[in-house]
Amino acid sequence: MAVLPPMPKLWYRETKPHKFCPGCGHPLVLKALAYAIEELGIEDRTIFGCDIGCSLLAWDFFNLDTVQTHHGRTTPVMVGIKRARPELICIAYMGDGGGYAIGSQHLVNAAVRNENIMVVLANNTVYAMTGGQMAPTTLPNQKTETTPYGRDPEKTGNPTLGPEMVAAITPDTAYVARGTVAKLGQLKSFFKKGLQRQIEGKGFSFIEVLSGCPTNWRTNAEETWNFLENEMTRYFKVGEFKVPGQVKEDKNE
Amino acid sequence: MAEKNLEPIIKERRVFITGNEAVAWAGVAARADIMYGYPITPQNEIMHYWTRLAPKYGKGFLQTEDEISAGFATVGGVLAGKRAFTATSGPGNILMQDSMSMAEMMRIPTVMIITQRGGPSTATVIYSQQETTLTCFGGNGEGIRIVYSTASHQELFDYTIKAFNTAWKYRFPTFVLGDGYQSKMRESLTIYDPVERGIELVPAEPFLGKGGVAGLDRPPVHLRNTYNMEDELYEVVRELVDAYNAVAHEIVEYREMETEDAEILIVAHGIVSRAAEGAVARLRKDGYKVGSFRPITLRPFPAEQLRKCADRAEKMLVVESAEGQLKKLVTDAIYGSTTPIETLFRPGESITVEEIISAVKGL
Amino acid sequence: MSKGAKIVIAGEGGQGVQTIANMLSEAAYEEGREALYIPNFGVEQRGGVSVAYIQISDEPIGSPKFKDADVAVALSKRSIRRIAKYCDKETIFLYEGEITDAEGEFPEECREIIKVPAIKIAKELFHPKVFNVIIMGFIIGLTNVVSVDTVKKIINSQLEYKFEKNPELREMNHKALEKGVELALNR
Repeated sequence: MAVLPPMPKLWYRETKPHKFCPGCGHPLVLKALAYAIEELGIEDRTIFGCDIGCSLLAWDFFNLDTVQTHHGRTTPVMVGIKRARPELICIAYMGDGGGYAIGSQHLVNAAVRNENIMVVLANNTVYAMTGGQMAPTTLPNQKTETTPYGRDPEKTGNPTLGPEMVAAITPDTAYVARGTVAKLGQLKSFFKKGLQRQIEGKGFSFIEVLSGCPTNWRTNAEETWNFLENEMTRYFKVGEFKVPGQVKEDKNE
Repeated sequence: MAEKNLEPIIKERRVFITGNEAVAWAGVAARADIMYGYPITPQNEIMHYWTRLAPKYGKGFLQTEDEISAGFATVGGVLAGKRAFTATSGPGNILMQDSMSMAEMMRIPTVMIITQRGGPSTATVIYSQQETTLTCFGGNGEGIRIVYSTASHQELFDYTIKAFNTAWKYRFPTFVLGDGYQSKMRESLTIYDPVERGIELVPAEPFLGKGGVAGLDRPPVHLRNTYNMEDELYEVVRELVDAYNAVAHEIVEYREMETEDAEILIVAHGIVSRAAEGAVARLRKDGYKVGSFRPITLRPFPAEQLRKCADRAEKMLVVESAEGQLKKLVTDAIYGSTTPIETLFRPGESITVEEIISAVKGL
Repeated sequence: MSKGAKIVIAGEGGQGVQTIANMLSEAAYEEGREALYIPNFGVEQRGGVSVAYIQISDEPIGSPKFKDADVAVALSKRSIRRIAKYCDKETIFLYEGEITDAEGEFPEECREIIKVPAIKIAKELFHPKVFNVIIMGFIIGLTNVVSVDTVKKIINSQLEYKFEKNPELREMNHKALEKGVELALNR
């Protein structure tokens, strides 16, 4: 048996090495998430739901009861579980297509209703599993299979700013942030804050994570990290968008 | 399912109510835990009555953003181990098939009430039997599901209770196929507590969140509906189909009337079967050798039973408020039979006793 | 008591068509008979013609709709067209007395055509609002499908909230009902 590198206890060893591509951002997101769950000690009651797209490859990733759903539908499934058994901690995991396109109505309405679940969305600017088509988060001028000459915002709109939108529609008790796989410590702390909201029964948390897809970006390691850390962050600001209890300063007042 | 007291949850009594109210009461009687729903006519009053009843019985309700969400939230509620249900109609039924195909693949015992309205498209909010094919085969698969087609308020009540039991016993998504007429009309029925009557309620149990620490006390539960290889999928579907076929004979239900010597066999389901039976009663008085066959389960379909009646008859008359959706089920079931089939199709419109009588006389 | 009846009533929204249909069917249920009442319903929440189909019988009732009404009632001019198709040569067709110039729309074949001046009588003796109760009384007098006493009981239980505030209304409704029956018997 191959010697496995150190990994979170919450990772299910039987299915490692995992099925994600080399250089994929998903395992990093799932590592930060695993540590957050472990540190909060909620392994016994956490339910993980994953979407369609590359996120589905996480269906047997954790030592957690897990359900893989349909494209865009992980949010309502987790809402259904949470409403039926509020004592469970429910995490919906999806990509940008699942959250911002096909399942956007679920994200918006779960946020507005302040559902007591956590939604984690990996943003890698493309539909990866289907072969690199334009996603809601594809950057202007970025080339994809369906924007071979680069995304033209005139014709296809601007990239979706998810956390900004969710922050605008959630009540003050919600937690909304955008992290990146380039800062795993920070990402873990975002996850912990989001989960803490849920543990306290205070409502919705949403964390978008900037994540890499070298396979569809057709980038080497250096180019991947450059795109992730420099190109994406120019458009997608990393940080917290809504922190409960944080005093809001209104400079126009 | 600890009951707060020993009083029956519903006092047995005769009532004169709408079908939608009967369904909501049946949900209470069946110890349903939670309903997820989205407004659409003629289903709305199921939610209206449920939201009035639910808090009194410690039960839940969530109004979702659309039927897609209502269907998937129902799947979630069931995965969490609760008797969860939803109800919809027409275009909502189309949207819910997404979640119901997941339920088919993963054998999730959802319960869904359908109040058929006119179709295709938005059509009318009134009535039809045009959701027969959709309800039986709406997924991208083989229709691995159970569909009860009801004909009266008593049946709406009885079969809604039964749907929860069938779903949880066999672990297939289960549908109660009603229609807008049944939803909105008032007639009498007896509501009751099934426990009082000695009907055993099949307990629900969680698929997820089974307790203990996954990976430590027990292996984690990993549920999926995606498969990598075609042979892998083939085995899964084969197993599903075999499991379904193995129990189908326990599930099928049908009703025959005067079929023994019937020269003309009327086949109808749902509320149309009432008109068919009314026609049989009157035609028999006039000396016509006519009988009727009514599939109560449309999935699985009582094929053998119908075949026997069909072979004895000289002619069959398929009657439905759709353009041949029941007929497809019939011809599939009796393939090889040489009994000719005549039809009375009224897509989106009601069919009366008188119309069936004149159709039979015109054969 | 008669064997049963198939009754279709149509009128404008707000004329109380569904109210009396509901009361008639409820009364039949109270008397232990088979009753089935179905309102027409469309996408419009308000306005338009409102139609109610009622069947009362001692045997199980087949389809909720029927083609051969025993009694067909039109409370407004434009509702005539909506019910004419439920009439055959056995049907008694009733129309409200204020409907004029509508003869051309009357059902082609029916047993009897009766004009019922319910609005006029309601205005003269009671209150315009109870004209539908006079109509209901007329239907009962004509068909004898339910007893007047049972219908009074149903009126009391369904309108209790109104009667509590204004006890005179009870008497008025009961009298309007009796007046309708009387009109039918003396027609």
